[in-house]
Amino acid sequence: MKKLLVSLVVLSIILSVGNIFAKNWKTIRVGVEGAYPPFSFVTPEGKLDGFDIDIAKAIVKAADAKIVLVTMDWDGLIPALLAKKYDCIIASMNITEERKKKVAFSNKYYQTPARFVVKKGTIKEFSPAVLKGKSIGVQRASTNDTYLTDNYGSDVIVKRYGSQDDLYLDMTSGRLDMFVTDSIAASEGFLKKPAGKNFEFIGPDLVDSKWFGIGSGIAVRKQDTELVNILNAAIDKIRADGTYKKVQDKYFDFNVYGE
Amino acid sequence: MDFSIIFSNLDIYFEGLKNTLLLVSTSLAIGLIFAIPLAVLRTSNNFFISGTIGVYVYCFRGTPLLIQMFIIYYGMGQFELIKNSFLWVFFKEAYFCALFAFSLNSCAYTIEIIRGAIKNTPHGEVEAAKAAGMSRLLRFRRIILPSAFRRALPSYSNEIIFMLQGSSLASVITIVDITGAARIVNSRFYSPYEAFLTAAIFYMAITFIILWLIKKLEFKWFAHLR
Repeated sequence: MKKLLVSLVVLSIILSVGNIFAKNWKTIRVGVEGAYPPFSFVTPEGKLDGFDIDIAKAIVKAADAKIVLVTMDWDGLIPALLAKKYDCIIASMNITEERKKKVAFSNKYYQTPARFVVKKGTIKEFSPAVLKGKSIGVQRASTNDTYLTDNYGSDVIVKRYGSQDDLYLDMTSGRLDMFVTDSIAASEGFLKKPAGKNFEFIGPDLVDSKWFGIGSGIAVRKQDTELVNILNAAIDKIRADGTYKKVQDKYFDFNVYGE
Repeated sequence: MDFSIIFSNLDIYFEGLKNTLLLVSTSLAIGLIFAIPLAVLRTSNNFFISGTIGVYVYCFRGTPLLIQMFIIYYGMGQFELIKNSFLWVFFKEAYFCALFAFSLNSCAYTIEIIRGAIKNTPHGEVEAAKAAGMSRLLRFRRIILPSAFRRALPSYSNEIIFMLQGSSLASVITIVDITGAARIVNSRFYSPYEAFLTAAIFYMAITFIILWLIKKLEFKWFAHLR
């Protein structure tokens, strides 16, 4: 009996200590993708870099915590968050109703429209009719995937890729007629690179919030409401003290935060 | 857990099932058709012939199937020479690339399986055939190969199942097989458990049918031993 009591007390102490650690958020583990230039990529030296990575570091620093970066394939990001492999996702993830069923989001930390990209000169004027029968690439589990599948799924051949990098490879090799992705990711990560010189944007900015949400936010497990508040405060802080602008200017010559 | 999302998306799984079955059966058939003559040649005393086949087998058994598929899929798209030739019509299609890689891979393994079985032919059987005055070709056709196929069947059934499970790699290069279907459903509803469990059930069902067919074949082929 005594032994049982002692072990129960020890157990409860261990558990409560664990709780204190969890609630203090001294260390925040951040899930990132690392295959989505210029937001998140691996440098030739093997280090993670990009807008998302720098913003993640700035936000966590503003929250007075230490950062641990964990890379994960795009379609595994939310499942791994729910499996507690890390505490939040900073990976250009759009805030959508579908995702909100599984995770909570911070306020947005940037917002840019999506667009179609084609080989130069292959399509003169954009209209839903010209898409018919085309092979169109999207990143699996992205808002672009849902948008394309819901609107054109029966008319076009949707090719789904694990990462944006794989998609670019198939675009340059000619397996795809077009792809749809975030306009900044496409221009900075592909069109402005040597591989993307024969390609161009076509059609309007795609911004319908039903599919594209209200900008990219930080995904957090639903029960961690406190962390959402911490992250929101941190976003406000780096917006106010100029850190955000510094990071933004490193990558872009325009305002990525949106309205 | 919510399996209603699976039931409302079963059509994706059935499309995946169709692709998986087509891909696996075609590549196994191509692999087997080429493996039988190549296995016979592999046992030849001509060092050049058996050596060349040996190198091919070693290359495909010595590297992971995923790497072979990547080399064929992403590698071929890199050479202007191939992209400008008629070959690109085939290599442009992800489905063809997967079929190509799977067939080459399956062929390599099957060659080794059959070669081993040929080598283990009891000496007496060959001697008896020779004594009966059979030519080399006739010996292979009537004695060595039938007896080798019987011995090879258990290991070849392993190869079939290995190929079925290996085919899940095709989902990496945009093919919607059973795994690809599971990934679509998972990515849409963020329910990995339901999505992949359903895929697992599909694979198990196929494996069950394969095992049953092999058992029937064994029953027939080993009739004389019962």
